[in-house]
Amino acid sequence: MTGPLIDIRNISVGFTGKSGATLPVLRNIDLKVNAGESIGIVGESGSGKSTLALAAMGYLKRGLRLMDGSVAFQGQDMFARTRTELEQIRGGELALIPQNSGQSLTPTLRIGAQLVEALRLHADVPEAQYSAKAIELLGQVRLPDPAAIMTRFPHELSGGQQQRAAIGMALAGEPTALLLDEPTTGLDVTTQAHILELLRDIARDRGMAMVYVSHDLGAIARVCDRVVVMYAGEVVLEGSTRQVLKTPIHPYARGLLASIPRLSDPRLPVALDGRPPAPGGAGQGCSFVDRCALAQDGCRTSRPDFERLPSGEAVRCFHYQEAHQLSLTGSGAIPASLDGASPSALHLDDLAISYRRPGLYDKVLGRDSAGVPTVDGIEITVAKGETLGLVGESGSGKSTILKAIAGLLPPSGGKITVAGGQALAPEVEHRSPDHLRKIQLIFQNPDDSLNPRQTIAQILEQPLKLYFGLTGDALHQRSAEILDRVRLGAHYLDRLPSQLSGGEKQRVAIARAFAAEPDLVLCDEVTSALDVSVQAAVLDLLNDLKATQGTTYVFVSHDLAVVRALSDRVAVLYQGRLCELGPSADVYAMPSHPYTEVLLGAVLEPDPDTAPTLSADDVVELSPPAQGCPFQRRCPRKIGRICDTDTPPWQQGVKDHTIKCHHSIADLAAAQAEGAAGQRA
Amino acid sequence: MTVTSASPQNTRLMRTLSVLRDVVSRPSGAIGLFLVVFHVVLALVSPWIVPYDYKAMNSAMMLTGPEATHWLGTDHLGRDVFTRVLLGGREALLVTGIATPIAVTWGGFVGILFGLIGGRIDEVLMRVVDAFLSLPWILKMLVLIVTFGTGIEVLIPTLAFFYGIPVIRIARAATHDVVARDFVSAARARGHSRMTIIRHELLPNVLDTLMVEGAMRWSWMLLAFSSLSFLGFGVSPPTPDWGLMIADARGFMSFAPWGVLGPVIALSSLIIGINLTADALAKALGIDRAQKAPV
Repeated sequence: MTGPLIDIRNISVGFTGKSGATLPVLRNIDLKVNAGESIGIVGESGSGKSTLALAAMGYLKRGLRLMDGSVAFQGQDMFARTRTELEQIRGGELALIPQNSGQSLTPTLRIGAQLVEALRLHADVPEAQYSAKAIELLGQVRLPDPAAIMTRFPHELSGGQQQRAAIGMALAGEPTALLLDEPTTGLDVTTQAHILELLRDIARDRGMAMVYVSHDLGAIARVCDRVVVMYAGEVVLEGSTRQVLKTPIHPYARGLLASIPRLSDPRLPVALDGRPPAPGGAGQGCSFVDRCALAQDGCRTSRPDFERLPSGEAVRCFHYQEAHQLSLTGSGAIPASLDGASPSALHLDDLAISYRRPGLYDKVLGRDSAGVPTVDGIEITVAKGETLGLVGESGSGKSTILKAIAGLLPPSGGKITVAGGQALAPEVEHRSPDHLRKIQLIFQNPDDSLNPRQTIAQILEQPLKLYFGLTGDALHQRSAEILDRVRLGAHYLDRLPSQLSGGEKQRVAIARAFAAEPDLVLCDEVTSALDVSVQAAVLDLLNDLKATQGTTYVFVSHDLAVVRALSDRVAVLYQGRLCELGPSADVYAMPSHPYTEVLLGAVLEPDPDTAPTLSADDVVELSPPAQGCPFQRRCPRKIGRICDTDTPPWQQGVKDHTIKCHHSIADLAAAQAEGAAGQRA
Repeated sequence: MTVTSASPQNTRLMRTLSVLRDVVSRPSGAIGLFLVVFHVVLALVSPWIVPYDYKAMNSAMMLTGPEATHWLGTDHLGRDVFTRVLLGGREALLVTGIATPIAVTWGGFVGILFGLIGGRIDEVLMRVVDAFLSLPWILKMLVLIVTFGTGIEVLIPTLAFFYGIPVIRIARAATHDVVARDFVSAARARGHSRMTIIRHELLPNVLDTLMVEGAMRWSWMLLAFSSLSFLGFGVSPPTPDWGLMIADARGFMSFAPWGVLGPVIALSSLIIGINLTADALAKALGIDRAQKAPV
């Protein structure tokens, strides 16, 4: 066949707004995907990237309609085909892998039955061989023991295994092209790295084309040959992965790259100010004009064309030749850090937390039924003005520890003391007003942590009334001041959270925490729900507040680069146990605990020249082992029986850097240096 | 993005107005609201506009059909049916109009409180509620009425009590959805009292559900009141009441159907009106799960 496999020509998609006008979601998009090629579509939330990927299947979400242009798959118009034809193609020749496979797999059917159904609909295999073929597919997506997986229900698999099963189903129809909509978002870093390697290998072996939609430039860098950058429903830049990630010629792409925190760079990322226009909100000019450092008067009045350059790139910008002036990394602030010794602000003394409560029978019989606690033996001191990062994969107990400090989840053992050596009451209801005020918590998702029925003023007034008894004008004035401190104007006071963007909402949540004038602020994945450009602004704000207020932070995140950008010290957790604790620079350097090594190795950087190292198996453990090292089952550097039976001792490194492992620091250093040398060779 | 400068009260008023506009813009809401408002206004002004005295009997004109002087005919005592239909909703609207807010308030409060507390106490309370709901309502009510006698002062508390119990269930379920959200955890972590959390965090989010529930309860309560009157436990004669009128006229239904038809149409139009309004309100408030946002 000649010509591209998927040929999208000048499509525009829109919906009818409340005013009756048609508001565009996609505007004049051209995209060609050749056989065997993998293309990344990257953009922030609302940029239209998922809509574009679905349009490639000839599908538009309810309420959307095609305004202009055409979409051809294998030379035939997708929007002109009949329903029966589309059913044949979708899931067959052209398969979709959605973001959350846990939700797209049928919960009441076994994995085997779902695979067989996919085979019956789309594969050219005799019925007798269905189950053999299904087992073969599960083997190809590298699921352990495929025959056993066949009989499992989706909920019995981990997130990574569900995603593999979904990939297996997509492969059933021998697709020539695979559409992936954020397929690894929400998975742990190590799992994500494994899935991406799998996708790369499968695409290469089968000569399959991939359209990979993601906000994550690190993932795109790993799997894609070409990248398309979307902004406000337009493609603003297209080029090879190397061109787009190393020398992007569109101001937005440069801003986006500069806003990503990097493991290799201790500086804070640079925020991209402003927000994209709402659908229909882009004026006559360039859609990026309001946020662009290169914008001139001409950019406001006319819209740049999508220009193809001899280099193979295509860009929608008048001033792309000057884009190289904009910094790609770097000019961000050096994080405020603590120098010299400082008194303790928080001390966790052998903290243990168990979700299981003793049952009635156990109480009567006096049995200890708590079993192995979810979190155990946490011993950390946080100095005043310091930022402690807590990192670990899902289920590592990092948020659980924060909840215990906040008093929302009483610990089952150990003690929490604050400045001055005062012990905190385990339950929030029994804490003194002063203790309550001094510890504030910021949550992951501002949509959930701000009451949708309260105006911003009412939200901010809660702590001001409770802790300081403010009323009337004083209350109003203080609310405005606090908003100003998080760089929002007083006119936000009367709005409802739903009228704010994600980043603005999170700022209000931060403002509410700081309204209490706290000593200690607990941040629970505060940037995870935000776009990268917004994330950088929030990190910058937190850093500023730390510098001006001298606040102590405990910062929880699964994103190692984000933690690096803000933390003075880092604690690495696995299965609710500490693995490593030390100054961030030392933790992120070698030598490190085998688990930290695995985690750091799996991090994807938005750089086509770096590859993740996958040393441990992608296995999800549901509960910690009863004895020995918590990482014993997955450790690539396991010594032997001693790891299974004995709790590892603390190994002292330079300064305050400690690692909980049976290996000595010197052994780990030697082994990891050897491994690094082997990689280079 | 326009900059608005409105106080929180104004923000709330604006929302109320926009919800009201939404209700009226739906055909069901417009018809429903018209019927309800019509009945309420009628109940307020009917004593001054009725053509006859509702007590005046006329032995010469018993069970006569509709005609120019008696639009809906007369009943077995020769009283004007039209007059009695116009007046017949006053008692019902008064009793249910007072009892419904009481039922929603106490049921809603208990439901929210137990939804917030949760745990074993909540489980036990719900089993008690289940046990209560498993008994036929008419039986429960008759026990109280027989014990304390009829009359408004017994009917209002009785209806308010029994119709508050299912509200507990609804309020508790709605609260459970809200309690799990982080803004409630945030309020707890700040150290707010339980009552502050209920007032500021839970109530505003449960109120929509309670309003729709209140409207539904009102229509059921009207039916219950009319049924009690029908059985002779509600309003005492000669006070005109739809339920009582149906009971009186039902013996003559085969040859004088107008005696039943008038009050039946009046009662059902009010109940249909309330239901349509509740339906439109649920849709306007976004509680209705069947209708999803298009994009």
